[in-house]
Amino acid sequence: MTSVVEASPLTNSLTAGKLPRRSSLWVLLASWAVSAAVFAMLFLSGNVDGFNVVGTVVFGTVLYCVAIYVLSRLVEGSRKAKDRLMTALVTAAFIIALLPLVSIIYTTVVNGLPAFLTPTFFTSSQRNVVGAGGGVLHAVIGTLMVTGMATLISVPIGLLAAIYLVEYGRGRLAKAITFFVDVMTGIPSIVAGLFAFALFALLFDDPGIRFGFGGAIALTVLMIPVVVRSSEEMLKLVPNELREAAFALGVPKWLTILKVVLPTSIAGIVTGVMLSIARVIGETAPLLIIAGFTSSMNYDLFGERMMTLPVFVYTQYANQGADSQAYIDRAWAGALTLIVIVMLLNGLARLIAHWFSPKLGR
Amino acid sequence: MTTVAATTIKARQRPGDRIFSSATLIAGSLILAVLAAVAIFLLVESLPAFIADPAEFSGDTTNFWSYVGPLVFGTIYSAILALIMAVPVAIGIALFISHFAPRKLAQGLGYLVDLLAAVPSVVFGLWGIGVLAPLAQPFYSNVVDWFGWFTPFAGPVSGTGRTIFTVSIVLAVMILPIITAICREIFLQTPLLHEEAALALGATRWEMIRMAVLPFGLPGIISAAMLGLGRALGETMAVAMVLSPSREVIFQLLTSQNSNTIAANIALNFPEAHGVGVNVLLATGLMLFVVTLLVNMLARAIINSRKAFSGAN
Repeated sequence: MTSVVEASPLTNSLTAGKLPRRSSLWVLLASWAVSAAVFAMLFLSGNVDGFNVVGTVVFGTVLYCVAIYVLSRLVEGSRKAKDRLMTALVTAAFIIALLPLVSIIYTTVVNGLPAFLTPTFFTSSQRNVVGAGGGVLHAVIGTLMVTGMATLISVPIGLLAAIYLVEYGRGRLAKAITFFVDVMTGIPSIVAGLFAFALFALLFDDPGIRFGFGGAIALTVLMIPVVVRSSEEMLKLVPNELREAAFALGVPKWLTILKVVLPTSIAGIVTGVMLSIARVIGETAPLLIIAGFTSSMNYDLFGERMMTLPVFVYTQYANQGADSQAYIDRAWAGALTLIVIVMLLNGLARLIAHWFSPKLGR
Repeated sequence: MTTVAATTIKARQRPGDRIFSSATLIAGSLILAVLAAVAIFLLVESLPAFIADPAEFSGDTTNFWSYVGPLVFGTIYSAILALIMAVPVAIGIALFISHFAPRKLAQGLGYLVDLLAAVPSVVFGLWGIGVLAPLAQPFYSNVVDWFGWFTPFAGPVSGTGRTIFTVSIVLAVMILPIITAICREIFLQTPLLHEEAALALGATRWEMIRMAVLPFGLPGIISAAMLGLGRALGETMAVAMVLSPSREVIFQLLTSQNSNTIAANIALNFPEAHGVGVNVLLATGLMLFVVTLLVNMLARAIINSRKAFSGAN
């Protein structure tokens, strides 16, 4: 027979001295409340104009770190107190990183919307526009053409190089390529622009050369390593069993790659390509160097200067005319357009990866 | 017993295989060729700058090295400042995502930080000059009033907030995602047994991180910081837009006179440059390329040597 023993609250040294559950949440709210009260008092006394929300949150959080440390040290001991303090700091670090993101998106939307919503913004260029009005059509077309050309060049090269690294490459050359692809991802974008300029200035013997195709070449230098890295990761994910099954059926290697490996990993590769487009579409410096800027339409990649969206934002900001507000408004609207494009590309890429990713085992 | 002659069976070489494999080989080698071409063309085009006539330079500078000196200083100064700000925060974020955040949220939070990397640099420039600089300026005047006796904080304070300190904050935000991403990856590679062993011995979560995660991840953190340094050195538009530049070596952080960086100097002066001026700018670009290449190679070498030991992949 077993007798049921009433479970008595344990009182040993291991479990004793714990702050109640959710105590950190209450301490946080209390510290914010205290700091809000202090700032409200400052505000009411008339020494500062306006209630300082940022100050409230910052000082409240600092107060929380101190309070939770002291409280936990008194109740739980120094080790647990340090743990709680570090948890607070690490979480704060994450929040700090989100502040610029939120601030950037907010200010871009608020400052960009007025010019963004004008009817001419997407239907006209800046030709003969002084002061307000005009649009970004020339820059949008330029960005689409330059980035499209860069994609056309770098995707085949990058994909083939990734296939080489995963399926064929053994030994020193493959190692060198892997290493330098990684190194190339760190090349400053302006160096890519200078390279394209140096290349075409020598090739055409024209020390003042500016044209859209040069911009595409500069972007290609930046894009290839990203495409290679992401495609390589995706090709590595294809299970070896699939390749072996194809070989066992007598399929040649190149057909195995084309018909088995690539279709299996195509979703991931498309995702990688879209992310790489999102990365280069916002590049300003190389296009400023080699594609130059203009206020007119230009549909010819191989002749004359070509405007692109990031350069549009920069030049609107840098060369403000008499009615400077109009130029600044257009710069923010251009920035908003860029952010929308980049976020759409990013979101779409993640969705594709999510929907079409091969279901591996578990 | 029969002995089988050891003959290697050769696969039949099909034309399709040959064409395809050589195409991939060419594409792979092309990447190395491009990297070499970047170095060669920059070198060829910048040669005239090194032997340029002193009269070709504007201002006090008489040769290339005195022209590029302050720029190199400004580049390294702003990048190091950015690194000092970014690395602790990035380690914090990486730890938060890898060890503190709820598992289900972790990946989504990682995407959020990655979004920061997707923001174009020109937008960072607009933000820095339109939001951050005015926001920080009153703070700068206070710092100069209180700590002006300390050389980096000496006055006169900038009235616009467009100082090298603001630039460093913007750069720090821009390099956060790359440092975070690599730290996160490294922290997740920590052998689970080490972590569990630490926890089983009664360590708190922070003690577990101190004893198991950070020592294991240290080389990764170092190389992540170096990759971030490479990014900060080469960042152009944000610096070009935010900084109010001058041509001297200036240690003060908060004045309206700041050493310019190589990349920003190129972006600002290239559209109007002509003659030897173009070659001079290309030569400064070559300096930047060499420095970032070395920093990146070192960082990658550290990461790669670590990969072999971790056993995680």
